[in-house]
Amino acid sequence: MTLARHVGAAIAAAAVIWALSVALNSFRDYQIADIAVYVVAIAGLTVLIGLSGQISLGNGAFMAIGAYATALLQMHLGWPLWALFPASAAIAAVAGVAVGAAAARLHGPYLAGATLLLAVALPSFATQFPGVFGGDQGLPVTVTAPAALGATFPPTRWLAWVNAGIALIVLVLLANLARSRVGRSWRAIRDDEAAAALAGLNVARLRVLAFVVSAACAGLAGSMLAVYASQVSPGSFTVTLSIALLTGAVIGGLGSLAGALWGSLVIVLVPTYVMDVATSHGLSSTVAANIPVAAYGVVLIAVMLLFPAGIQGGVRRFFGLTPPTAAGPFARLNSLRRRPPASEHQEEGTT
Amino acid sequence: MNKPHRVRAFAIAAAAVAAAMIAAGCSSSSSPSSSSGAATASAPGITAHQILIGSHQPLTGPAAPGYSEIAPASNAYFQYVNAHGGIYGRKIKYTYLDDGYDPSKTVSDVHQLILQDNVYAIFDGLGTPTHLAAVSFINSSKVPDVFVASGCDCWNNPSKYPETFGWQLDYIREGKILGAYIKKHFAGKKIGYFYQNDEFGQDGVKGLDYEIPSSQVVSRQTYVPTNVNVGPAVAALKASGAQVVVSFAIPAFNALFKLTSLKLGFSPTLVASNVGTDPLTLGGLLEAYAKQAGATVNGNQLTNGIITDGYLPTLGNTGNSWIALFKKVHDTYDAKAPFDGNVLYGMAVGYTFVQAMMKAGKNPTRADLVKAINAGLPQGPAVAPYAYSSSDHSGVTGAYIGTIMNGALVQQGPVYVTDTSPTGPVTTYAGSEQAAPATGMP
Repeated sequence: MTLARHVGAAIAAAAVIWALSVALNSFRDYQIADIAVYVVAIAGLTVLIGLSGQISLGNGAFMAIGAYATALLQMHLGWPLWALFPASAAIAAVAGVAVGAAAARLHGPYLAGATLLLAVALPSFATQFPGVFGGDQGLPVTVTAPAALGATFPPTRWLAWVNAGIALIVLVLLANLARSRVGRSWRAIRDDEAAAALAGLNVARLRVLAFVVSAACAGLAGSMLAVYASQVSPGSFTVTLSIALLTGAVIGGLGSLAGALWGSLVIVLVPTYVMDVATSHGLSSTVAANIPVAAYGVVLIAVMLLFPAGIQGGVRRFFGLTPPTAAGPFARLNSLRRRPPASEHQEEGTT
Repeated sequence: MNKPHRVRAFAIAAAAVAAAMIAAGCSSSSSPSSSSGAATASAPGITAHQILIGSHQPLTGPAAPGYSEIAPASNAYFQYVNAHGGIYGRKIKYTYLDDGYDPSKTVSDVHQLILQDNVYAIFDGLGTPTHLAAVSFINSSKVPDVFVASGCDCWNNPSKYPETFGWQLDYIREGKILGAYIKKHFAGKKIGYFYQNDEFGQDGVKGLDYEIPSSQVVSRQTYVPTNVNVGPAVAALKASGAQVVVSFAIPAFNALFKLTSLKLGFSPTLVASNVGTDPLTLGGLLEAYAKQAGATVNGNQLTNGIITDGYLPTLGNTGNSWIALFKKVHDTYDAKAPFDGNVLYGMAVGYTFVQAMMKAGKNPTRADLVKAINAGLPQGPAVAPYAYSSSDHSGVTGAYIGTIMNGALVQQGPVYVTDTSPTGPVTTYAGSEQAAPATGMP
């Protein structure tokens, strides 16, 4: 039943997106494709943080893995588009197993630090091995709309369809996963690891699994980014990207898939909109160029002050909805705060 | 028990998609549609009163220092043109978006400019990796891609990129001109290379190798812009006993090279590419980096004696008609920026665009602009002629050798011209430089 409802909602959303992609201009189609990339990446991260209670500042690196996998598989093996997406997600998932295995032993700031290391270090592989990864210039990715759509079919609309379609599939899968036994187990270990272990849950394995799901989503998003930008290069996967994903998840509302969408909209639309406004008001270019960054910060502060549970939390409050679970996505920030071993705090208190 | 909430949350998500996309749609419909308009709207981006062009520029991020001055300087020159009658009565509107030197942002910027803003042409898109990411899309959209702000030889590919034109002296020609000078003036000396490991540095080294005997080159060291530790590279150059180091590096890495060699007690003669040696930028960086490390240095003192090349008149040559013109434009429209090499670059490339538009005719299509440049452009502010033809899309063909003295570039000797082939000779340019028109308009 739940599956049917999720699929039904996704089909309704698909119809809306289809209508929008036809009605709006080519650039808006392009932005839809861009938003879809962030939806997938942030949805994967919000599941990791919100449900399993782990943090990752390194999902930008998993995106890089997926993106380069896409470019290399297309360049050397000539794989078709439909095969590139699952393959890239699978390759990133394998990387997620490796990182997750290490990460499952770490908590709180240590986990954040370890994953941050990944985000900083991984993109420089591309410049260290320019023969394979194309150095700073990266690798090209070619995407053409199927000939059946006609010669005059706008290529950006095809991009919007592909990326939005994938995003909806991912949202349905994640929504079901979150409601499944695995999702419940994640919440259990998030809220109290010891209690979950006593109840017979394999805490380490569940933590690694959350990492793998998150990495697979990031890899898929990276693959979508490569297709959307028709190239991959290390400049796209700086540490700023990983931070932006985390920001999107927090702004949208941790643990909420709808929140992933809100976060993506903020990340993609706010800078372009603000830049347009700034330049149309005749601000000097150096000032205007920095206004999107400032606006981003203002939005972040405003959301945290007004809706500590993110935009989705605000929406729920506005419509008078209660949080979906007893613990709720709001408790998740607190649960993160609880992570460092209590003994440390005591030591700090006594010295 | 909480099933209804979950379903509702999901439905809200779907509604949110719709609402947000509709909001996005509304803002797009309010933007001006420049393709429809008066009868003289001869191409997308051109109306009876306006020519809209766009660009991607590193206004923030690692490449912003110095390079972020270029687009405002071009715009200052366009404002001067607009105030003096415009191009056949049309005013130029120049929209440049920030890409932060991130290629995927460049791709998105260029989509916005072409699909949404409907620009007539992409002008002076800055950077090799950034512009390479967007060049295919620009060409498949049949939008003129004029005067890319990068000396990569890759823009000169008329069969693959018929819409794309380089502008500045390309790095192969520059390497050949510097190489010929080194061969002549440092015969028998040990030469070391220090270069950026991408098309920029590799093209430059290609040109150097065409001229300098390989037996003289004792060490080849590279860097990547993302790693500021140049210590190992400098140590290797020192160990090789290089007496002359040729650098194809951006200003930040020339500064790092200079400071690191100072620390290691290594003082070769430095010969460096034009892009990395704007004296104001380089001197400022040297002082800033030294300060970070707790030392005080004099930027002008450290840049003294660096040998480089130039394809635009030197800034210190105030008697030059181009410098006088651009100084006047700078003081009126761009006074807040320092009058340095970046500003000069922006104005000169802006002038070239106006030249090309005047030649493209009164009511030009996009193809008319490409055709006009393919037929060649008269020499403008540059010291050597352009190479433009239907089979050659590279820009300026020559440069003079200069030395930095007291924070300013001083020309030494004549202007040299050459081509990009391995065997094409480097010759002294016989023609003369052009004087700027009295009106300041092509």
